[in-house]
Amino acid sequence: MSCALLLLLMSWALAMRTGAAVEIQRPRGVPLSKRQFYEENKPFTCLDGFSTISFDRVNDDYCDCRDGSDEPGTAACPNGSFHCTNAGFRPAFIPSSRINDGICDCCDTTDEYNSGATCQNTCREMGRKERESLQIMAEITKEGFMLKQQLIHEAKRGQEDKQGKLTELQGSKKDLEEKVEALRTVKETAEDPEKEAKERHLKAWGEQKELIRMEKDKTRMAEAFLELDDDADGYVSVAELQSHLELDPDSDGSLTETETQGLLGGADKVDTSTFETVWSGIKDKYLSEGQSDPPAPVETPQEEETRDFVSDHYPEDYAGEEEDVEEDEEDDDHEEEEEEEKVPPTVQTPEKRADDEVSMPPYDTETQSLIDAAQKARDDFDEVERALREVDDQMKNLEKEIGFDFGPSAEFAYLYSQCYELSTSEYIYRLCPFNRVSQKPKFGGSETNLGLWGQWAGPEDSLYSVMKYDHGQGCWQGPNRSTTVKLTCGKETVVTSTSEPSRCEYLMEFTTPAVCQEPASLDEVLQGHTEL
Amino acid sequence: MMGPLLVLWLAVCLSGTWAVDRGNFKTCDQSAFCKRQRALKPGQSPYRALLETLELTNTKLTLQLINDNNKVRLLLELYRLQGNMTRVKINELKPLKPRFEVPDVLINDPPTEPLSLLSQDENGVVLSLGADSQRLIVSAKPFRLDIMEGREVLLSLNSRGLLAFEHLRIRKDTKVDPEGTENKEENEAANEPAEGEEKAKEDEKVEDGMWEETFKSHTDSKPNGPSSISLDFSLPGVENVYGIPEHADSLKLKTTDGGDPYRLFNLDVFQYEVFNPMALYGAIPVMLSHSAQRTMGIFWLNAAETWVDISSNTAGKTVFGQMLDYVQGSSETPQTDVRWISESGIIDVFIMLGPTPTDVFSQYASLTGTQAFPPLSALAYHQCRWNYNDQEDVAAVDQGFDDHDIPYDFIWLDIEHTDGKRYFTWDPHKFPQPKDMLQGLLDKRRKMVTIVDPHIKVDSSYKIHNEIRSKGFYVKSKDGGDYEGWCWPGNSGYPDFTNPEMRAWWASMFAYDQYEGSMENMYTWNDMNEPSVFNGPEVTMHKDALHGNWENRDLHNLYGFYVQRATAEGLIERSGGVERPFVLARAFFAGSQRYGAVWTGDNAAEWDHLKISIPMCLSLGLVGVSFCGADVGGFFKSPSTELLVRWYQTGAYQPFFRAHAHLDTPRREPWLFGPENTALIREAVRQRYALLPYWYQLFYHAHHSGQPVMRPLWVEYPQDTATFSMDDQFLLGRDLLVHPVTEEGARGLTAYLPGKGEVWFDVHTFQKHNGAQNLYIPVTISSIPVFQRGGSIIPRKARVRRSSSCMEHDPYTLFVALSPKRFAQGELYIDDGHTFNFDKHKQFIHRRLFFANNALSSRNLAPGSQFTTFSWIEKIVILGASKPSKATLKTPDGKESLLEFDFDASMSVLTLRKPGVNAGVDWTVVLQ
Repeated sequence: MSCALLLLLMSWALAMRTGAAVEIQRPRGVPLSKRQFYEENKPFTCLDGFSTISFDRVNDDYCDCRDGSDEPGTAACPNGSFHCTNAGFRPAFIPSSRINDGICDCCDTTDEYNSGATCQNTCREMGRKERESLQIMAEITKEGFMLKQQLIHEAKRGQEDKQGKLTELQGSKKDLEEKVEALRTVKETAEDPEKEAKERHLKAWGEQKELIRMEKDKTRMAEAFLELDDDADGYVSVAELQSHLELDPDSDGSLTETETQGLLGGADKVDTSTFETVWSGIKDKYLSEGQSDPPAPVETPQEEETRDFVSDHYPEDYAGEEEDVEEDEEDDDHEEEEEEEKVPPTVQTPEKRADDEVSMPPYDTETQSLIDAAQKARDDFDEVERALREVDDQMKNLEKEIGFDFGPSAEFAYLYSQCYELSTSEYIYRLCPFNRVSQKPKFGGSETNLGLWGQWAGPEDSLYSVMKYDHGQGCWQGPNRSTTVKLTCGKETVVTSTSEPSRCEYLMEFTTPAVCQEPASLDEVLQGHTEL
Repeated sequence: MMGPLLVLWLAVCLSGTWAVDRGNFKTCDQSAFCKRQRALKPGQSPYRALLETLELTNTKLTLQLINDNNKVRLLLELYRLQGNMTRVKINELKPLKPRFEVPDVLINDPPTEPLSLLSQDENGVVLSLGADSQRLIVSAKPFRLDIMEGREVLLSLNSRGLLAFEHLRIRKDTKVDPEGTENKEENEAANEPAEGEEKAKEDEKVEDGMWEETFKSHTDSKPNGPSSISLDFSLPGVENVYGIPEHADSLKLKTTDGGDPYRLFNLDVFQYEVFNPMALYGAIPVMLSHSAQRTMGIFWLNAAETWVDISSNTAGKTVFGQMLDYVQGSSETPQTDVRWISESGIIDVFIMLGPTPTDVFSQYASLTGTQAFPPLSALAYHQCRWNYNDQEDVAAVDQGFDDHDIPYDFIWLDIEHTDGKRYFTWDPHKFPQPKDMLQGLLDKRRKMVTIVDPHIKVDSSYKIHNEIRSKGFYVKSKDGGDYEGWCWPGNSGYPDFTNPEMRAWWASMFAYDQYEGSMENMYTWNDMNEPSVFNGPEVTMHKDALHGNWENRDLHNLYGFYVQRATAEGLIERSGGVERPFVLARAFFAGSQRYGAVWTGDNAAEWDHLKISIPMCLSLGLVGVSFCGADVGGFFKSPSTELLVRWYQTGAYQPFFRAHAHLDTPRREPWLFGPENTALIREAVRQRYALLPYWYQLFYHAHHSGQPVMRPLWVEYPQDTATFSMDDQFLLGRDLLVHPVTEEGARGLTAYLPGKGEVWFDVHTFQKHNGAQNLYIPVTISSIPVFQRGGSIIPRKARVRRSSSCMEHDPYTLFVALSPKRFAQGELYIDDGHTFNFDKHKQFIHRRLFFANNALSSRNLAPGSQFTTFSWIEKIVILGASKPSKATLKTPDGKESLLEFDFDASMSVLTLRKPGVNAGVDWTVVLQ
C-alpha cells in the first residue's frame, strides 16, 4: 500500500515538473489515456466495440453504448465512470451516477458542472496534505523497512540460534538418554541387595516381635489367672469366671453355668497349665476387672454438626454471590470465581497406639550401607531423568517456535512471547501475538479471553497483514469471542486501536515494522508512470 | 444500572429456546371474559327489540332492546352513512357509569343519509338503505338485523344469538344482584373447581374472573366488574375473510373452531411464531369479506382486548364432500360466521357494504382517513441495526455504501445511541457531536432516524421525566400514583398519550431547540409502544392502570396509535407545518395509517418469517395501513447469505424497505458476504430506486383515495377464485405483479398471472406471457420475478444514485406495456418530495399517460395544480410493440420532431430515443 502511495507522490512531483497540469482538450470525463478513442467529428465506436454512433451523441446525456463509454461526462449510463483530473491532487474515477448529484466528489469540482452545488476546488490543499502524509508515510516506511531488515536479520540469527540450540539439545538428549539407561542399570543393581538385606532385617524383626508378643500374652494370662482366681486356690472355677459377662458366647446378657463350663473346656475348674488353652479362647473378649467400662463412642455428633454447617449456610451464601455475578454489567459470561472446595473436615478417629509397640531396631551397618548405596543410585537416576525431561520440554518449545509461521522472512518472530497493551476508558486490551488477545476491565473484574491464536488471515496478496484469534470466551447466546488484528507499517510495535464492530467480534489495529514494504525506487516510479 | 436488568430480563425470557414462550400470553380460556363469552353457544337470543321505543330522525334510528333474562335494556342506534355504510351502535340504555367510546380514530362524525321506513309490524321494521334496493330489517323477537339487497341477505347480526352485553353492576358483596343473566353462565362455570361446592348458592352468581383475575403472578383488580360485549355476524355466500391484523398468519383467515380465536391486543411478543392467531404488536379491528359477487367490511370500533371467532359451513368439508353436495344439489349456501368479543366499551360497528374492494377501501378511508403521504426518501432503502455503535461507525457504514455503490437514504440509530436509554438525549461518548454526524449525512443528501420510545426513565436528573411527572402526565396506577414498570432504561414511567395536553407537550419536545442535536434530516422511530412493560402482565401495562378516568382495559389498543400521532405532530410542528413527517411505529390501531409507517416487529432470520412478511403486509394494506414492511434479514438470529439476498429481493418490492438486526447478531451490511452477494443486493436495491416514481405515485393514491399500495391479487381480480387465498405473490398498485423467491434453494417457482385475455411482461426480459395461467419460472439466485400488466405505463428513473434526493431532477424512462388491444395507460406524479405544498398549495404535477391508436400522450390530470420540474422524458420503452416507420414527437408549442428509435423484433420492444420533453408538459408521440 505504502508503495502505491509513494508512487503517486512521485507521479505528482513529476507532473509538476513537466507542466502536465495543463488541460488537454477531450470530452468531459475522459481520462487522458483514452483520449485517442474520442476523436472529434468522427463516428464514435463504443469502447466495447458493440456499436458506433455519431460524435454528437458523445456526452449528449443519453446512454447509447452498452458499456456506458459514450457518456463519460454525464450521468446517463448506469455503468459509466467519470474521470476527474484533479490537478494538484491525484486523478480519480467516480461512478457516473455521482455526476451532478449535488455532492462534490472531485476535488477539482468538475463532477458538479450543472447541479447548482457550490463546490470549492480543494485539490491543492488535498495534494499538500497528501504529500505531507505521504512524506511521513514514506519516512515511516523507509525507517520501518530498515527496522524490518534488522528484524529479519535478528530472526534469522534467532532461528539459527534456535536451530543450533536444538541440535545441541538433541546431542545432550542422546547423552542423557544413554546416561539414564546406564544409571537405571546401576540403580537396579544396587536395589536388589538392598531389597534382600531389608527383607532379612524385617524378617528378623518380625520374629523378635512375635516373641515379645507371646511374652506379653503370657504375662497377661498370668495376670488374668490371678485376677480370676478369687479364692487363690490355684484354679479358676466356673463360678469365678461367671462374673465376666463379656465372655457370654451367645451375647444374651447372661453367662450360664453350662456356657462357662464350655469356656473352661468342659471342666469345672482349671489350673494354670490348662488355663493356657482356655485363655486362647477368651483373651480377645476378656476385660480386665480394673477397666470394665467400654471405651467412649467415636465422636460422630461432631461430624454431623459439620455437615449441617455445610448444607445450611453454604448455599445461601452461594446464591448471594450468584446475584452479584448477574449484576456485572455486559460481562454476562463473567467467569465464576473458583469455588473453594468446601470439604467437611474429617474427624480424626483417635488411633489407638499400642503403648507397648516397640519400634524397629536400626538397620545393621551392612544393610544400611546397601540402602545408602541404592538411594544414591536412585537419586542419580532421578536427576538425570529430570534433566532429560527438561531437555525434552525445551526441544518441544523450540520446535514449536521454529514451526510457527513468522512470515516469509520470519520478520514477525520478534513478537513471539511478547505482549502489547492498549488502555481505553473502560478496559485494558492485551495482545500477545501468536498466543492470545484479552480484555481486562480497568476497575476490577476478571480478564476475558478475546481469542487464541488462529492463523494469518489477510487477503491472498497480503496474507501477513491480518491475524485472526478465535475460540475466545463464549458469548451469551452467541459465538465465541474472536479478534481480527490488522497490521500496518510503523516504526513502533504498538496496538493503536480496538473496537467491537459486531457483538463479540473485536478488531484491533497494530503497527509493526515487520509489515513495512520496501519503498519503491525512483527508477520504478519513472517507468511505471509514463502517462504524465 | 440497566445493563444487568436487561441481562436478567433477557435471561428469563430467552432461557435457551428460540420459540415464543406461549405461557407468557393468555389463551381465550385464560382470559376470563373471553372464556365467559365463548361459553355462550349459538341459540335463541334473549334480546328483544322494543318496537314501541323506535325513534327515527333524519340521521338515525334508535330503538331499545331488552334482555328477557335480566330485563336490562340496551339502546340500539342505527345510522345509514354516506358511501354505502351502516353503523350499528349498541350501549346500555342506562349504564351505571359511562362506557368507553373510542375517540380520535374516526376522522370526523361520519356524515349520515336519511333512513326511510318501508314497513313496520309487530315482528319488526324494514328500512331502506337507499340505492340498489338495499334494505335493513330489524326483527323484534328475537332481536336480529339483516341487510338485504334484493332478495339476498348480505349480512346478519345476532342471527346466532350471540349478542351479549355484560351490563355494569355493583359488586355482589355489597349488593345482591337480582338479575339472572349469569344463570346460564353459572352452568358453564359449574365445572370449574371453584370452592369444590357442588351447588353454588343462589346469591353467588359471581364467576371467577369477574371482579378480579390473576394471570401468572399478576392480579388484575377489576373495580368495574364484568363489562364485556359480544356480537355475531353471518355472511351468507362468503367463504373468504381477511384483515384483523396483526397476526403472523395466512392472508385468508382460518376458521377458529377447536382453537383459539384471533386475538387483538397490542403485545410485545418475544420471538413470535408464524401461522397462529396469537396477538401481536398492533390491532386493527377491521375484517373484509369477499366472494366473487361482493366485497364487504366490518369495522368493530373497540380498543379493548378483542377476540374474533370465525367459523364456516364449508371450511371443514373436503373437496370431495363439496362435490357431493354439488352433485346432490343439497349444498347449502356457503356461509362464514364471525363473532367479535371485547372486554369493555360499547358495540360500535361500521358495516361497509362495498360492493367492490375499491369501494370498501374508500368507505374505510372515509371513516379513519388515509395513509400519510411519506417523504419520497422514506420509500427508499433504510439501513438499520441495533446498534450502530458510534459516530465513527455511522460514518464508516455511510462510506461503505458509497464504496460499494449501493444507494441508501436513511441510517437508523437504536436505543444504544441515547444517554442511558433516556430518549431525546445522546450518549456523550459515542455520539458527542450529533449535528456533525447529521451534517455529514446531509452533505450526502441522506437522513437519519433515531429511536424515541414511550417509556421514560424514572430519574430525577432527567428533564423529560421531571417535566412529565410535574405536569402529572404519567399514566397512573390503580392506587393513583404514577404507574411504573420495567423497560430498557430500568424503572420507567409511561406518559399518558391519550391526554391531548400530554401529546401537545410531547410534540413540542421535537422542536429543534428542545431535542438537542436534532436537525431537519433526522426523523423518528417509536418502538415498544404497545406499550411494552417487561414486568407487566403479558409484557404490557396492567389493565387497571388509569388514563385519566379510563382504565387501560378500555383503550389499551389505542396507546400506540396516540404515541405515533403525537410524534408525527411533533415533526410537523418543528418545521412550522411545512415538512411531511416520517415516523415508524410498532404498535398501531385503526387510523394509525394517518401518522406514518409500521413494521412487523421482531421477526427472525428464518425462511418462514420471510414468507409471512407478505400476508402480514397484505393484511395491513387491506385495512388502510399501506406503509408496511418487515425487518429485512430477520431481526433475531443470523440469516444465511441466501436468505439475506432473498430477503433484500423481497423487501425491495415491499412498501417499507428496511434492513434491521439484533444486537447479538454478526454484522450484515450488504458488502460483508463477498462480491457476488454484494452485487445481488446492490441490484435489488437499485431496482427499488429505479421504481421510486411508481412507488411514490402509489402512495399518492393511497393518501388520496385509501387504495392499498401492496394488494392481494383478488383485489384487482375479484371474480377469479383462484386468487382468493394467494399470499406468496402480490400486486403493487394494479400494474406490477411480484412473486418473490421465498423458498430456500429454489430452482424455479410457479407464478399465477391473472386476467383472461390479458398479457403480462417480465420486467427484466420483456418477455410476454398470457394471463390466466400458472407460469413456471426457472429462477437463479439473481431472479426477482416481477411482471408488468399489459395495458399499463410505469415511470422509472434509470439513473440510480446514492440517495433518492440525488435523483430528484433526473429524467424518466416510461415503460409502456401494451394490452392485446394495443392500449396502455398510466400516470406520473411529481412534487417536491417532502413538504405539504402538494396539499396546501397544489404544487404538484399529476399527468395521465395513455397509449391508444399508436400514439402515446401525456395530459394534465390536475389542472388546478402548479409545479415545475427539471425532469424530462429520457426514454420510452414500448413492450409488445410493432415496428413503426417513424416516430414523431409533438409538443404544445406546435413543434414536431422525429425521434430515433430502436426495435427489438425478437421481443417486440420499441425503444424511443430521448424525447427530451419536460415531464410536466403535454406531449404526444405518434407512431406511424
